[in-house]
Amino acid sequence: MSGDVLAVADYRRGELRDVSFELLTAGRELADDLGGELHVAVIAGDVDGFAEELTREGVDTIHTVAEGEEFNHDVYVQAVTALFDELSPSALVAPNSVNGLDYVPAVATRLELPLTTDAVGLSYDDSLEVTREMYGSKVETTVAVDAEPFAVSIRGGEWEAAAPGGDATVESFSFDLDEDAVGSRVTGFEEVGGGDVDIGDAEFLVSVGRGIEEEENIELIEELVEATDATMSSSRPIVDNGWLPKNRQVGQSGKQVTPDVYLAIGISGAVQHVAGMKGSDTIVAVNTDPNAPIFDIADYGIVGDLFDVVPALIEEFGG
Amino acid sequence: MKVLVTVKEVAEAADDFEIEGDDIGEQYLEYDLNEWDDYAVEAAVQLQEEGDDVETVAVTIGPERSEETIRMALAKGVDRAVRVWDDDVAGAELDVEARAELLAAVAEEEEPDLILSGVQANDTGFGATGVALAERLGFEWAAVVNHLDMEAGDPVAAVRRELEGGVEELTEVDLPAVLTIQTGINEPRYASLRGIRQAQSKEIAPKTLDDLGLGPDIVETPIRRTAMYEPESESDATYFEGDADEQAAALADLLREKGVAR
Repeated sequence: MSGDVLAVADYRRGELRDVSFELLTAGRELADDLGGELHVAVIAGDVDGFAEELTREGVDTIHTVAEGEEFNHDVYVQAVTALFDELSPSALVAPNSVNGLDYVPAVATRLELPLTTDAVGLSYDDSLEVTREMYGSKVETTVAVDAEPFAVSIRGGEWEAAAPGGDATVESFSFDLDEDAVGSRVTGFEEVGGGDVDIGDAEFLVSVGRGIEEEENIELIEELVEATDATMSSSRPIVDNGWLPKNRQVGQSGKQVTPDVYLAIGISGAVQHVAGMKGSDTIVAVNTDPNAPIFDIADYGIVGDLFDVVPALIEEFGG
Repeated sequence: MKVLVTVKEVAEAADDFEIEGDDIGEQYLEYDLNEWDDYAVEAAVQLQEEGDDVETVAVTIGPERSEETIRMALAKGVDRAVRVWDDDVAGAELDVEARAELLAAVAEEEEPDLILSGVQANDTGFGATGVALAERLGFEWAAVVNHLDMEAGDPVAAVRRELEGGVEELTEVDLPAVLTIQTGINEPRYASLRGIRQAQSKEIAPKTLDDLGLGPDIVETPIRRTAMYEPESESDATYFEGDADEQAAALADLLREKGVAR
């Protein structure tokens, strides 16, 4: 094996995503352990502009693949497979993003690479060891991969972004796209969940999660919101259940919020939720489970039953 | 038209649990239908109800106990089910590749036009089986689908993929295809009493590796779990102590101090 690492950057609608710069750090560390070089691929869109931005510390070569305007998984699978065949690296790394979920497993299958996903830690000492979470983030596991080359996708927010600088070589890569094998077409994008309220503007968010149990109990949170003149938001299950509209959802697939105070009620703190609210100035969590991950990022915590605490709080504000 | 829906019995850990070896102790685990698969089942049943001549089949990889879970899919309206299991599968640590291979063998027998699969399973959270399955079968696919616009018999599925940050991608996918289904795409129904009764008489066909024409090497994997532990708490939160009234009073003081509530 060459010891080289091939990292594939993620972007959307003209902008590289933060995880792409974190990917450079994870890729560099892995390449150091493997004793090889870090190659970075960027596929479709303004690849030359992206290459400039991806020129950061630790990157050896950037491969630009000018094929299409936006992400298309059929094109990505062909491009990454062709580049992998050309470079014969020891590892393929990519973000565990929604687009990563859409092409990495197919590449791994096609290239017969063992795949581990959603890594929160990587180390290599004769073989790869991947740290992952299980059972809804309640535990961490380590997984050993006794084969090379291998593929691994990384979770955003777990590595520092690579520092600007460096002197990466930029090379354009072309391959023969098999048009007949492109069976999917991206026809557009749509912003969802605009609506009447922008939770992104709120100073005080009262956010409700699965712990509320029943739709009718949302009324209790509404009373609190009214008594404190706050804005109501929620975690994903509440919106999935249709109890609140999409524009109230905080998280990776919802809205990123940065209020002065974020009061999380009955929210366990799944990683997708935390990604949307960790920038809040002050985080307060109310949860019955003292081990709920939300307490790891909370500034203040109440271990208790929301059905006791919330009515008492409403009373405090004369509700 | 035939729709195959992959379902998984997943383990959920109790609030208080202990780790034994490299897994949570069996006594702290409860089994249920994977949340994402529940939405995939609903999508399959809706297609069946909307179209004439649509057959729905659920497939799972799991021990006999998992029949309880798959019966939930049958009770919600899925026509019949296939369960893959034998001693070799039981003794293996199934990675994405092995799962995709087992499901592909069933799909090759069933020849579905559409396969619906949850985006991920809430125990292991790999999120990769559906797309790996599509690639293995030579099917098209779309991952993280939160809206499906197609009628039975359509050659193309128009889907929305839920990207991060409140953006949806509109994509057309040629059939046959695998769609990995995101929660919130629909409202999964509760099984009716009638459905539960009917499910008792529906077929759950057991399949071994041998039945599927596969050898035991199919479940061999270079990936193995080496440890499990509770992450060290990074919490430096200040906890409000006392009963609910005292906790609420302290929180109210904090909110006033921060100037967000009066």
